[in-house]
Amino acid sequence: MRHDVILRVIAKLLIPFILLFALYVQFHGDFGPGGGFQAGVILAAAVIFYGLIYGLADARKLVPEAVVESMMAIGVLIYGGVGVAGLLLGGNYLDYFVLDPNPVHGQHRGIFWVEVGVAVTVSGVMLKIFYMFADRGRVDE
Amino acid sequence: MAVTVLVIARSRNLFGVIVLGGLYSFLMATVLVAMDAVDVAMTEASVGAGISTVLLLGALYLCKSEETRPVQAPWLPLVVSLAVGAVLAYGTLGLPEFSDPKAPIHTHVVPRYLTELKQEVDVPNVVTAVLASYRGYDTLGETTVVFTAGAGVIALLRRRRKDRKP
Repeated sequence: MRHDVILRVIAKLLIPFILLFALYVQFHGDFGPGGGFQAGVILAAAVIFYGLIYGLADARKLVPEAVVESMMAIGVLIYGGVGVAGLLLGGNYLDYFVLDPNPVHGQHRGIFWVEVGVAVTVSGVMLKIFYMFADRGRVDE
Repeated sequence: MAVTVLVIARSRNLFGVIVLGGLYSFLMATVLVAMDAVDVAMTEASVGAGISTVLLLGALYLCKSEETRPVQAPWLPLVVSLAVGAVLAYGTLGLPEFSDPKAPIHTHVVPRYLTELKQEVDVPNVVTAVLASYRGYDTLGETTVVFTAGAGVIALLRRRRKDRKP
């Protein structure tokens, strides 16, 4: 699809809005529908869209494999780290009340970081699976 | 939705089947919105209709786009799936009515979530609050499952490539 001008222009127009929507879903998840998982998937979908239109090599250049692979692990570590932070501050594992002097704000903080962790892992895994699948054909040829 | 399923079952063109599968996911998402489960609908639309369709198309790129004729008539699978479907449909008869306030699920911990959420967590989206705070361990487990799935895909697909090189 590299030479299809219409697709390229439309993709260029759409991708910023997809990314913005992913961020909206991520950070507005406390108030409206959405959250880390959905935001991660939408984020990955934007990059996959880019890869479909502009080719896998360009997508790899944009988001390198090493970044994707470390994203997978970093997300889980962020999530676990929130739990450990709760432990260090004198609460139970994954207790958010202790993260801030005001327990309700602590809850907000904990939920925020946990959702960030989920989003990072999910988008990393989705992208990695896409890279792996899209790569297979080229290797087989 | 029933029409989509029938066409998928009849069709031999795998490309059409994948596109119809995406359509089915979108219809399912609409049903979920109608049932007020917006978070689930969003997931269904993005994962079911978006990412899986792309991945299936990627898989289709590796094989023939026309389904081969089955070797034998699929009567036994038909009987099995009909029997399982009948058992499941029979099981739904025992479920409480949709949005019945006296259903067991609404009388156990849900009242506590709904009444004390405001003082304890103060997040307007109850789904997010339950998911990330009250059920934090479960969500940690889910994230780990997603991570493990990705690691499994890497382990499976990467080793093949290494074997081929020498």
